[in-house]
Amino acid sequence: MTRQAFLKVENLSVGYGGTTVLTDLDLSIGKGEFVALLGSSGCGKTTLLRTIAGFAKPSAGAVSVAGRDVTQLPPDKRGMALVFQSYALWPHMTVAQNIGYGLKLQGRSRGEIEKRVTEMQALLGLGGLGSRKPGQLSGGQRQRVALGRALAIDPEILLLDEPLSNLDARIRLTVRHEIRSLQKRLGITAIHVTHDREEAMVMADRIVIMNAGRIEQQGTPEDVYNRPASPFVAAFMGAENLLTMQARVSGEHIELMESAMSPPTVTGRGGRDVTSGPVELRFRAEAASLVRNGEKTTPAAGALELRGQVASVTYPGGHWRHAVHLGNQEILVDADRPFDQGETVKVHVPESSLFIFNA
Amino acid sequence: MTARFDLWWLPRAVVLGLIAFIIFGPLTNLVLWTVAEKWYFPHMLPLEYGFSFWQRVFSSRGNAMSSLATSILIASLTVLVSLVLAIPAGYALSRLKLPFRGLILLAFLIPQAFPNLPVYVNIARFFYEIGLNGTITGVVLVHVTHGLVYAVWIATAAFAAVDVDLEEAARSIGAGPMRAFRDVTLPLAAPGLLASAIFVFLESLDEFTGSYFVGAPDVNTLPLLLYTAGAGGNYQIASITALLLLVPSIGFMLVVERFLRADVLSKVGH
Repeated sequence: MTRQAFLKVENLSVGYGGTTVLTDLDLSIGKGEFVALLGSSGCGKTTLLRTIAGFAKPSAGAVSVAGRDVTQLPPDKRGMALVFQSYALWPHMTVAQNIGYGLKLQGRSRGEIEKRVTEMQALLGLGGLGSRKPGQLSGGQRQRVALGRALAIDPEILLLDEPLSNLDARIRLTVRHEIRSLQKRLGITAIHVTHDREEAMVMADRIVIMNAGRIEQQGTPEDVYNRPASPFVAAFMGAENLLTMQARVSGEHIELMESAMSPPTVTGRGGRDVTSGPVELRFRAEAASLVRNGEKTTPAAGALELRGQVASVTYPGGHWRHAVHLGNQEILVDADRPFDQGETVKVHVPESSLFIFNA
Repeated sequence: MTARFDLWWLPRAVVLGLIAFIIFGPLTNLVLWTVAEKWYFPHMLPLEYGFSFWQRVFSSRGNAMSSLATSILIASLTVLVSLVLAIPAGYALSRLKLPFRGLILLAFLIPQAFPNLPVYVNIARFFYEIGLNGTITGVVLVHVTHGLVYAVWIATAAFAAVDVDLEEAARSIGAGPMRAFRDVTLPLAAPGLLASAIFVFLESLDEFTGSYFVGAPDVNTLPLLLYTAGAGGNYQIASITALLLLVPSIGFMLVVERFLRADVLSKVGH
């Protein structure tokens, strides 16, 4: 990955009226990179996208493209194209007119526009729909027209504002891959705003996780999934099981103190920035495994062992999900076979799946 | 059982008949007057029917046609001036987060809120001083102050019904603000603007008080002709003129029903 910055956001602060949405934010994106801005609603990801596009004015900071400062430029002079969540297709124009509008603005000849529009229609599987009005299209088709309209002008940067959130769950899965492969084929730089973790993982080269107007962590999908830098990221990436314990850090080891539900455990520090004292443990339901209480199995080195009681069992598909009581806390653990309700069990969490933060 | 049913129909029929009479009675009377050659008390219906008064109204010597032309000219100019003012005003009111938006919209109502007569008498006095009395320009200006409230309110609603996303989509792929307005916002708001234009046109066509004080006797519009004919006891001429004025109103009703969508109407005054 070439990490030479193509789009650069520096010290950006944006606010509406009295409230600040983004504070002192830095982000740089390489040419041809697909970056997902991930966060829950209200975290400022859409505001960041709109600021990059030129629709929101920053109170401080700068946005530059290929070394050129575009902070003061209007949206139409930035060489970007934005795909809206609502698609924002013009109802009074046909599909072909929608797609060709940007080219018309560039003053291309009619023949050239027609050729490019046909090309885009073929690329997006919209062949034969050129004379339809947007009102006569399905949701998926509208989404493609919106994409085609943005791609037709060959933008330097493609901005996507939750373009999949209005689609059926099934169509969404295929469109994800379509957009991703299209972006790769065209070598276009893309920024994709989403609140869907899986969507971001599947589509992006790099995920930027945002929270309360700041970047919490950025990295490859594997990075943010396996090495969350903060409890927020860990929780957002699905590590919803939360336990608090006492820890003592010595060198490259973390010693978790004995508690009512677990024996003392020594686990690797793995480069984590943890200090002695109360810690917060997070792990995913699918990362842990269940063992019957009487069974003689020793956990792998560095794994955490917990003792509890199965409170309930459900089958979400593929595996059984158990709610396990540990004292007065409850965690969720997946297993390949169902355990009985009320059964006393041991929960093993391997070292690599255990996320430890200072509480 | 059936007897009770029959009894129930009686009051209903009477009420419906009464309503029909209230609505259509005067209209029937008007239509009858247009074709009455001879009609006087105590006869219920005209004694003779004919079209001789139509000939008089439309003859080259009658001034109905020139009044109609004047009225249409004034109405067209009023529409033009109103739209030129209402399109930017309506757009600004719908898009920009102006403080006191409601107050600004209310301000356009002020000319309607006061009694017409003293307002127009004062305007007439002022126009007389600056030489606008008795001119087409003067009458157009009076009609614009009157029509602007409809024009601005409906234009604001029409622009508010156009989603900002649609405009921004054009901006994001290279359209300047004016170009985006021309290619996206204006065509999408056009039906609402057309309705407001027709509203203003009809208001101008029907307007009497202002035209009377500012225009008469030099500028003779159709309502002024109607007034003169009516005041002179010339009911046939008055009725025919009134019928002429009715035609555009009915046409307007049909157009409004066709073009004014519910989402525009629901935003009027907001």
